[in-house]
Amino acid sequence: MMELIKKFKFPILIVLAFAGLTFWMPDMAARSTKVTWDYFQEMALILPPVFILMGLMEIWVPKDKIQKWLGSGSGIKGAAISVVLGTLPTGPLYVAFPMTASLIRKGASITNMVLFLGSWAALKIPQLMVEIKFLGVSFTLLRFVLTLTALLLIGLLMDKIFEKSPDKAWLESTGEEATAKGPGKMKM
Amino acid sequence: MATIITIYGLMGICLVVSLVKSKEKTKKAFKIAGKALLKSAPSLLTVLGIVGLTLGILTPEAIAKLVGEEAGFTATILAAVIGSITLIPSLVVFPLAGSLLRSGATVMTISVFITTLVMVGIMTAPMEIKSLGKKFTLLRNGLGFFAALIIAGIMGVLL
Repeated sequence: MMELIKKFKFPILIVLAFAGLTFWMPDMAARSTKVTWDYFQEMALILPPVFILMGLMEIWVPKDKIQKWLGSGSGIKGAAISVVLGTLPTGPLYVAFPMTASLIRKGASITNMVLFLGSWAALKIPQLMVEIKFLGVSFTLLRFVLTLTALLLIGLLMDKIFEKSPDKAWLESTGEEATAKGPGKMKM
Repeated sequence: MATIITIYGLMGICLVVSLVKSKEKTKKAFKIAGKALLKSAPSLLTVLGIVGLTLGILTPEAIAKLVGEEAGFTATILAAVIGSITLIPSLVVFPLAGSLLRSGATVMTISVFITTLVMVGIMTAPMEIKSLGKKFTLLRNGLGFFAALIIAGIMGVLL
């Protein structure tokens, strides 16, 4: 019982916050509930296929292929693949986290994964279209170039940091499959 | 809608190929997927709840009022904080940013709002930590925050 409460402590806290809000600010509570429900529907629709794709990738995509395409030796080509994959219209960022974890387990480099996540969040093609419409071409272009540069720098820096001191908790937090295969195989 | 079609289409194709190649391995893939989904359930629910609460309190109108009423430096800092915390769909953000710009907000304020919004995700952090670990998440978001501020600064000067 205690363990269950511990595991779900944050969801429980949030339910309490909702209860408090309903009591003191019913307007906001109603709005919050509606937003939560909308997002729940979206997640319920998007996440199952995402996790199934991730499972299929774990099983089928060979490690050496990912290492070759996205690993630390993949250079500019690997970086380009990561950015292009990220900009495709594929949905909200939280979808990308399990996929990224899976790719890292398969040998993708930290730099490339920071580029992948960053362009997923900041440089999505449909998003850029809307941005051009409301904020203009020069704003959008400048932001695109600067963001891409920043992501590359952050990626390279994080790669260096992880190379020097790998995250020990990381191996556990990236799932049982990784530890089952042996942490020694992880390439960062 | 495009998202849903893309993802389900992709899954459909991959599933068919996988099933044709090996039923056994497909089953195994489903097992991995189910386990991963169950493991992320608590953080998923947390993110959902936090997103709901924040968006319920910080409506587009509330943000416009907050950022619009303050001027200069305070507005920019406020925009950075709101941008880092919230998770707003781009279809809502860009029209909002456009109208803020027309109603007198500076380019720097608007770009800091957008860059922090897309580069820093405090609300999605629990999920990111679950998948990628605390260190990765902290570094990516922390460095992203500083990069967002610098990018906005450059944009404010150039535009």
